[in-house]
Amino acid sequence: MTSAYPAPDAESQHAEAHEKHNLTGFIIFLCSESVIFLAFFSGYALLKTSALDWLPPGVEGLEWRMPLINSVVLVSSSGTIYLAERAMARGSLWGFRAFWLLTMALGGYFLYGQAVEWSSLQFGFTSGTFGGTFYLLTGFHGLHVATGVGLMTLMLIKSFIPGNYSGGEQGVQATSLFWHFVDVIWIILFVLIYVWQRS
Amino acid sequence: MTLATFPASEPKPSWTRYFSFNTDAKVIGIQYIVLAFFFFLIGGLLAMIIRGELITPEADLVDRTVYNGIYTMHGTVMLFLFIFPVLNGLNNLLIPTMIGAPDMAFPRLNAVAFWLVPIFGVLLMSSFFVPGGPAYSGWWSYPPVSIQNPLGHLISGQGLWLTAVALSGVSSIMGAVNFVTTIIRMRAPGMGWFRMPVFCWTALAAQSLQLIGLPSLTGGAIMLLMDLVAGTTFYDPAGGGDPVLYQHFFWFYSHPAVYVIILPVFGVFSELFPVYARKPLFGYVYVALASFIIVGLGLIVWVHHMFPSGVAEWMRNLFMFTTMLIAVPTGVKVFAWLGTLWRGKLRLTTPMLFCLGGLFNFVFAGITGIMLATVPIDLHVSNTYFVVGHFHYVIYGAAVMGIFAAIYHWFPKFIGRMPYEGLGKLHFLLTFVGANLNFLPMHPLGLMGMPRRVSSYDPEFAFWNVLASLGAFLLGVSIIPFLLNMVSAWVRGPKATHNPWNAIGLEWLLPSPPAEDNFGEHVPVVISRPYGYGLGQPLVEHQAEIEQALTLAEQQETAR
Repeated sequence: MTSAYPAPDAESQHAEAHEKHNLTGFIIFLCSESVIFLAFFSGYALLKTSALDWLPPGVEGLEWRMPLINSVVLVSSSGTIYLAERAMARGSLWGFRAFWLLTMALGGYFLYGQAVEWSSLQFGFTSGTFGGTFYLLTGFHGLHVATGVGLMTLMLIKSFIPGNYSGGEQGVQATSLFWHFVDVIWIILFVLIYVWQRS
Repeated sequence: MTLATFPASEPKPSWTRYFSFNTDAKVIGIQYIVLAFFFFLIGGLLAMIIRGELITPEADLVDRTVYNGIYTMHGTVMLFLFIFPVLNGLNNLLIPTMIGAPDMAFPRLNAVAFWLVPIFGVLLMSSFFVPGGPAYSGWWSYPPVSIQNPLGHLISGQGLWLTAVALSGVSSIMGAVNFVTTIIRMRAPGMGWFRMPVFCWTALAAQSLQLIGLPSLTGGAIMLLMDLVAGTTFYDPAGGGDPVLYQHFFWFYSHPAVYVIILPVFGVFSELFPVYARKPLFGYVYVALASFIIVGLGLIVWVHHMFPSGVAEWMRNLFMFTTMLIAVPTGVKVFAWLGTLWRGKLRLTTPMLFCLGGLFNFVFAGITGIMLATVPIDLHVSNTYFVVGHFHYVIYGAAVMGIFAAIYHWFPKFIGRMPYEGLGKLHFLLTFVGANLNFLPMHPLGLMGMPRRVSSYDPEFAFWNVLASLGAFLLGVSIIPFLLNMVSAWVRGPKATHNPWNAIGLEWLLPSPPAEDNFGEHVPVVISRPYGYGLGQPLVEHQAEIEQALTLAEQQETAR
């Protein structure tokens, strides 16, 4: 795109000229986003270690088997999204779509498992700091998983637009990066909430 | 570089673009600054009411609860609707032109970030009209006061306050991502890191602080909002919560926020002192790097706001030490500016006067800052007018004066007309005298023990309060010559040449005002460090030709 740029529409040319910076901007945004989780995690740890009665009356602790299965699903989806990116790098658009869809399915299963867990719990958002932090952390993370699935849907739709995936597509890279980020956050969250239990 | 780059016959863009969703950083920059000064007048009016109340010892001007709302809103408006937007305006104007970029990295995101400001501004203002009035818990919004909702309405002043602050955070993060990406990726050819103007260094440092600190406040505010409207108990001890936790979240951002404000002003000082002293910036590399040392240290000092809040003894000592360390990199900068001024050929223009006044006030604020960092002194004067005085010396005495300096200095570049020197000097005189008369008496008041955030006080404090109020009214008056100057210069000021101050920098190699895409395809190649005053070396390749072309275009303009 050297000479054939139509001059009159200066405004839109202006706005679209710098798409190559998207990934840099997105990485910077993710670094910033991680600080919110850091704040929530440290708040959680502080409230938990200083609490006299951490668990609300009638609650024994958290069941960890179902969430563990859920975790395995989410962590393996990081693998499938990597395979999707590899397929794209090889130029196999259908391979990319297949692994991408699989990743979306795994993400969807995680959200389903989370919903099942929430509906079976004996405590609510207002059951002291235990209930508050539990729903805040899992809910905020769940929102990110949902966002990730949404972004993947968008990228999948875009992949059917002709000519859109000729070069390395930054949207796919950014989504994949976001997905790994959501994954790492979940591992920390799982350790903090389900592994570290005290009565 | 040919004459064709400066088309003389380009149609004059319509003024209505300032009221539209425009993606040009220079338009957005002016939108930010004008909107910020609109809110500055509102915040200033609230300050006038506060000082009017405090001119007598009795609470006679406004009701006590109204007074609580007024000082809360004064702080919130001035920080979130004046100073951050006005600095983002400067960033928008200066970063792309200083590094030779055609625009910001994400022009649309930039426009969205701007248009969020009037939205949350209106949201915050609307809280004056809800039952129970605006938030009244101070701009810190500490629980337990901030989690009370006595009227029980879903929409309360505090709820609106939290929503507005959260939106402000979203806007600031969008801005920060944009500024950092632009500086990292879009510098002119040849402009390595150590050929970048110091303003860009300080903007990069300040915006990095936004990115690291702001999410902490956002997280803390989300939890506060949940406590307020959803019935959780994160900060309520009755439900196992901890109000001090909020203070950590709040100050982890809001202390660095002061550096977000002051760092770009350090950048302005570093740009302007060399211009008006006609000497290179003393110790350029150290000034540039000191910004990032301030970032690093600035993130580990926040507990000094909480010395009386029941934090552990080791924390008090540790944070006293780190806070005092901040004086080292800031001291490096102050000495660099003094070194720049030393034996320089000073030109006392309006921007230079504002810089000198700002530097003077900053040194004073730095000294009281060290006093406040000391645990025994802090415990004594915490929550008194000493803290208010210190804070206003930093923010008004140094930061706002630096912002005025920047506006006078770069007004010709981006508006294309010269502001009037006489009005400017009058503005400086009123501001400098007013600020010192307003904020200096707060120090003796604090040492005598007058608490902040009260509308009535012991008659023994009356003398200093009258002085402070007179200073405040003088500051109120000082804005009149400023507004007069800006409006009349914009409408019919003398045309500015491309470089009226004889300054060195990429932005001064553009016509005044610059074309929409700045240098466009013809970005000059940078071949030397900035601030080469008196060294006789060109900043960019073909500098003489570029300047010749600009002058020729200006001569043709005047001839027509």
